Amino acid sequence: MTIRVFIPRDATACALGADEVADSIRKGIEGRGLEVEVIRNGSRGAVWLEPLVEVETDAGRVAFGPVAVIDVPGLFEAGFPGEADHPLSLGRVAEIPWLARQQRLTFARAGLGDPLSLENYTVLNGFRGLERALDMNPQALVDEIKESGLRGRGGAAFPTGIKWQTVLDAQSDSESAQKYIVCNADEGDSGTFADRLLMEADPYQLIEGMIIAGLAVEATEGFIYLRSEYPHCATVLEEALSRAEQAAYLGDDICGTGKVFRIDLRIGAGACSCGEETSLLDSLEGKRGMIRVKPPLPAIKGLMGLPTVVNNVLSLGAVSTILAEGAVHYRDFGTGRSRGTLTVQLAGNIRCGGLVELPFGATLRELVEDFGGGTASGRPARAIQVGGPLGTYLPESQWDVVLDYEALAEIGGMLGHGGVVVFDDTVDMAQQARFAMEFCAVESCGKCTPCRVGSVRGVEVIDRVIAGTEREFNLAVLDDLCDTMAEGSLCAMGGLTPFPVRSALEHFPEDFER
Amino acid sequence: MQASAVSLQEIVDSVVEFHRGKVGALLPVLHSIQNKLGHVPKQAVPMIAQAIGLSRAEIHGVMSFYADFRSEPAGRNIIYLCRAEACQAMGARDLEQHVMDRLSIGYGETTADGLVTLEPVYCLGNCACTPSIRVNDDIHARVTAQKFDEIIDRLEIAS
Repeated sequence: MTIRVFIPRDATACALGADEVADSIRKGIEGRGLEVEVIRNGSRGAVWLEPLVEVETDAGRVAFGPVAVIDVPGLFEAGFPGEADHPLSLGRVAEIPWLARQQRLTFARAGLGDPLSLENYTVLNGFRGLERALDMNPQALVDEIKESGLRGRGGAAFPTGIKWQTVLDAQSDSESAQKYIVCNADEGDSGTFADRLLMEADPYQLIEGMIIAGLAVEATEGFIYLRSEYPHCATVLEEALSRAEQAAYLGDDICGTGKVFRIDLRIGAGACSCGEETSLLDSLEGKRGMIRVKPPLPAIKGLMGLPTVVNNVLSLGAVSTILAEGAVHYRDFGTGRSRGTLTVQLAGNIRCGGLVELPFGATLRELVEDFGGGTASGRPARAIQVGGPLGTYLPESQWDVVLDYEALAEIGGMLGHGGVVVFDDTVDMAQQARFAMEFCAVESCGKCTPCRVGSVRGVEVIDRVIAGTEREFNLAVLDDLCDTMAEGSLCAMGGLTPFPVRSALEHFPEDFER
Repeated sequence: MQASAVSLQEIVDSVVEFHRGKVGALLPVLHSIQNKLGHVPKQAVPMIAQAIGLSRAEIHGVMSFYADFRSEPAGRNIIYLCRAEACQAMGARDLEQHVMDRLSIGYGETTADGLVTLEPVYCLGNCACTPSIRVNDDIHARVTAQKFDEIIDRLEIAS
């Protein structure tokens, strides 16, 4: 058989030189007159091993990584793409502990093949969920999602099945019977990249999940709202949507059943606040991305005032797994009220960073130490921010917390979208607190005063605390300001900004006294 | 001037026509114009307003809300520097200082020779190999001061 070599095309792999490595390997193959097919696959999410080059052999896939252009001649000399004894050899991919210890549902296919190949997707169990869904009635579909226990993976953790039920039951009061499925792909949290990875490595899974959502709530139109910071992702999605349409998975006659569903890809324009679902809807309508007052919920009055499901990429991805494997299979992973799997993104100052998918139940320490291997700098870790820029900074005394929605909430934290950003002992937590306010000031949509003005005042007050100007007085002002923002803001942007600020103050007060 | 005004009108008309009938067509229209011209010229605003039936104020409001839209041309390259936490944890603040020193500009500014416009960005989704920057459509990982200088050197040679 022709030997197959896999080199990821993922944005992060390319940022680490995958395109150049692929060129160099292609030249090596041509120069030696070898019969080798080079496939640009998605990433498995082991960022610390990227570019991760794999070779398909009779004994399974073997890997080399991280490969730089400078390593390529040595690899060929050692026998690549055949059996090669080389310092970068990682052995069989399936046996790399960092990957072998994960339990992947949503990311099961990530990195296995060409993400745009429909054939590859179907061979790897793709569209099995859709096949089943096409034979089910809407209520049965909604019930299946309810039974799975799936909660929104974007951060708010709202039960997906209940949201869908509301949309299914909603009667739009206009003459139009239109309902919409909107995929929130505005992954704006620093330290998170799971959505991007999934869309680049397995785009049909998202498309499949959206079609199923459409069947479940009787919507025929869907939108993917993708942030403009992800140009690679846009290219993959555009091509995937066009191929899915040509193959009649999208359009007027899905798989010959006469059912209708279309997806339009929309690109954001550099406003992080559009990750909030109602701002996102306003942005989709062509307006400034300003938050709406809730109620009415988007499920009742969403896009263009019509009933709309707004779900995160990972939630919609999980939908196709749930339909393919059954609700019970999915629910059997996890713990308590956090069912299924958790996708953690190990980021920041971390030695072995990347995407880890596990059933809910692991502790933060296990993830950062066992998977992450400690800091990249080799210095002691000091603070870990969980849940994105609005998440709390956890000191070492709290690292034994279990990463699920309830356990984190109990210690005043949140899981958010599963971002875990590690800082070593050189971090200045007063500057981190200041940045939380600054970020809010930059990104506030401006609709409500606590967020718009509070964040600007917050930066000023923290500056005065750091400078030692009327310290006690200004700390009291900051505390009061945090209360006002937390209680009075319309959405999570202003409402949660006090969390990183307060946690920095509470756990690292010495940094504010320099 | 007359010739370019006519062609701008043609561009606006063709873009608006392409997106006609879409839900919330304004963002796709603005993106398309900016993709073609590198920016959305001020003269285009009344034309867009006319073509899609919105007021000039509404279009100005949308353009000024979103960081991506620019009404003046950018430099020949746009560099986005990530300022967010995962990059901070690996030295993005020092890198930021180096970048501004090397280019002698701040955010939203363009170098005197027109080579680079510098913009802040809050996350490129490249958070496990930071600091990250985006040069036009390419993402670069683990950027050090030296690596940044090499990138600029290459841009200078290429232009």
